[in-house]
Amino acid sequence: MDIVLLSRWQFAITTIYHFLFVPVTLGLTLFLALLETCYVTTKRAHWKEPCRKLLKFFGAIFLVNFAMGVVTGIVQEFHFGMNWSEYSRFMGDIFGAPLALEALTAFFLESTFIGIWVFGWDKLPEKLHCACIWLVAIGSNLSAFWILVANSFMQHPVGYAIENGRAIMTDFMALITNPYVIGEMSHTLFSGIATAGFVLLIICCWKYAVDDASREVFLQALKAVSIYLIIGIMGAMGTGHVHTQYLAEAQPMKLSSMEALWETEDPAPFAIVADINQEKRQNDTEITIPGMFSFMLYNKPEGAVQGINQLQAAAEQQYGAGNYIPDVTGLFWCFRMMIACGGAIAGLAFLIGGLAWVKQDWLLKYKYLLALTPFLLPLPFLANSAGWFIAEAGRQPWIVVGLQKTADAVSPNLTPGEVFITMSGFTIVYLILAIIAFYVICRIIHQTTIDTANDEGRAL
Amino acid sequence: MMDYNVLWFILIAVLFTGFFFLEGFDYGVGILMPLLTKREEERSQILATIAPVWDGNEVWMITAGGALFAAFPHVYATMFSSFYMALFLMLIALILRGAAFELRHRHDSLVWHQVWDKAICFGSAVPAFLWGVAMTDLMVGLPIDQSMIYQGTFFDLLTPYSILGGLMTLCLFTFHGANFLALKLDNEQLYVAIRRAGLRSFLGAFILTLILLIIPITKGLLSFQASEIVVFVLAIALLLASAIDLKHLHEKRAFIATSGSIILLTAGFFLAMFPRLMVSNLNPDWSLTITNAASSEYTLSIMTVAALCLVPVVLIYQGWTYWTFRHRIKIDTHHEY
Repeated sequence: MDIVLLSRWQFAITTIYHFLFVPVTLGLTLFLALLETCYVTTKRAHWKEPCRKLLKFFGAIFLVNFAMGVVTGIVQEFHFGMNWSEYSRFMGDIFGAPLALEALTAFFLESTFIGIWVFGWDKLPEKLHCACIWLVAIGSNLSAFWILVANSFMQHPVGYAIENGRAIMTDFMALITNPYVIGEMSHTLFSGIATAGFVLLIICCWKYAVDDASREVFLQALKAVSIYLIIGIMGAMGTGHVHTQYLAEAQPMKLSSMEALWETEDPAPFAIVADINQEKRQNDTEITIPGMFSFMLYNKPEGAVQGINQLQAAAEQQYGAGNYIPDVTGLFWCFRMMIACGGAIAGLAFLIGGLAWVKQDWLLKYKYLLALTPFLLPLPFLANSAGWFIAEAGRQPWIVVGLQKTADAVSPNLTPGEVFITMSGFTIVYLILAIIAFYVICRIIHQTTIDTANDEGRAL
Repeated sequence: MMDYNVLWFILIAVLFTGFFFLEGFDYGVGILMPLLTKREEERSQILATIAPVWDGNEVWMITAGGALFAAFPHVYATMFSSFYMALFLMLIALILRGAAFELRHRHDSLVWHQVWDKAICFGSAVPAFLWGVAMTDLMVGLPIDQSMIYQGTFFDLLTPYSILGGLMTLCLFTFHGANFLALKLDNEQLYVAIRRAGLRSFLGAFILTLILLIIPITKGLLSFQASEIVVFVLAIALLLASAIDLKHLHEKRAFIATSGSIILLTAGFFLAMFPRLMVSNLNPDWSLTITNAASSEYTLSIMTVAALCLVPVVLIYQGWTYWTFRHRIKIDTHHEY
């Protein structure tokens, strides 16, 4: 294997791994901030203590997850220079700024105030302590914003000029108000809420089902969590839909590849399943709904959608000969996997949330079914990973669409052996850590009991 | 109006200074923790001194990296790709160290604690060593060609001279960490061990700093200007003062002195480098400087506004953290998570 392929694998592995923890952090900090606000402001004295224990309990799970996100995040920042130095040279003028701003505005904020939040329970007044977790929530979501500003430029370059073979920033405001970043940011924010919401839902279901002493508290938690999750998943679906419509204008090649639409059609059909033949640039067989793709894009059953083959011809005319088609099979199926996982999450959220709110006796009766929900844990993580696969594989062969190809971006001084060592090293360390973190979180969940009695039992 | 390029050179120097000052004692504490005591309650007492702050301190390194990327992208690109395997080692060390801080106290078992204690010690010692290697390499120069691409291998980074540099920062940060522990711990029994470890690491740092400065001057490897010599001599004097203070149990003065010493050594390094950021030993003209490696003036102007507004705010709230946790750590303090 060559260093481009190895470096891409390394980036994919470390980024997808990093992004297992990130959305949980994004959504969970916000949830903890809301929960602590309830804790500080509640007038119902008998809820005060369970609420505090719940905060500590979810807080402990959050901290393990947060630590994983932090340590794997350092790798991300170093990567660009280590493996993609030609990219860093070409793009540094534009890409470095949001990264430095991410560190200055977001990393400092979240890392400093998480320390105070964890160790300051007895040292700070309640309200100040609550403000700390809000600052952590703002910090982590702000960090998502800056890195998505950087990513959006790679997908849809704006506010730049090319000078001496390098991209130069000409308009900072255009960079941060890139329409692409609005789609990515809103979708990431809601996906974070949905991911964290789903993880919390599973924890609550499990505790409700197996821990008799904690049942009452976790029923109340389940009610709150299901609303949070429903907001997240509906938001993720809505923003995803709008962003996909926007792709028709910003990245038509990515869009048509997601749908395996090889030839321009009006109205364009939606393929439910397809046997994609990337070599012949066609689908060998497919099951389609006529006009559906156009309807999804334009809200009416008509309107042309450009096919991959036409877009390829146009790209060759603009950029010269070459293959400008991404991995259609991967994009097509990842898109369907993301939709399916999202749909399943939404269904479960409404079902379990509905029962928790209006049919609690059913919930109790079928609690052995709730004890099976942990098997569904992969759903949001599959959806997130699939989403990022679409976003990143969908811009290939470009690293910055229209400006630099991935193959030209890699560090010229590396050898395949070196990259192979680092790729395997990261993979092995990450695997071991994943197992340990999972074990530790399960232990925390298993060992914590939260009853409504006001004793001094410690959550963890 | 000061040149943006010079200003950013200073800002990068400030960020690295802050990083070495803060992470210096973090690394030192991590290295010393398993060496000072075998008792679990003392080890967690030691870790409690940095527990609320280590993560915020580490962000100084990340910010320094991000600032290099934004202001001098060629330096970021050349430096990170040339130190490829060294950075890989450092990343693995930092991953294990960060994970250990969070996971160590999640399970009460001897083996579990021992494994994570090793991870913390290793994860602190490796970066403490590698930063010294990197700084000496940068100062002496690396095989960088005319298109700013590194032409050496991993082993070109590890010269006998740079290994001495690595050992120097290892000793220096350990000494700094010992001073920090003397300042933050409320544990008479540990003082003896801390002082012994502190003075030993001082001796290492002191001798190695002298060797590091004398070898290149006598061999003509490097030439220092009078102002740089003054800075380095002051740094060494402060190091000596710190050792005397630690011996006489003036913990506060000892800590301030190692802090000053680290700040001066970093300042001396950047003074000696200016206006270069990476030195090419193939041809001096191929070195990366604040002009040929910089971002456009527009980007630098945006980043200048951002940095001048944000860095003071960060300093204020990080300062507030240290104020909140200013008390000495007692052995029986219940650390709530």
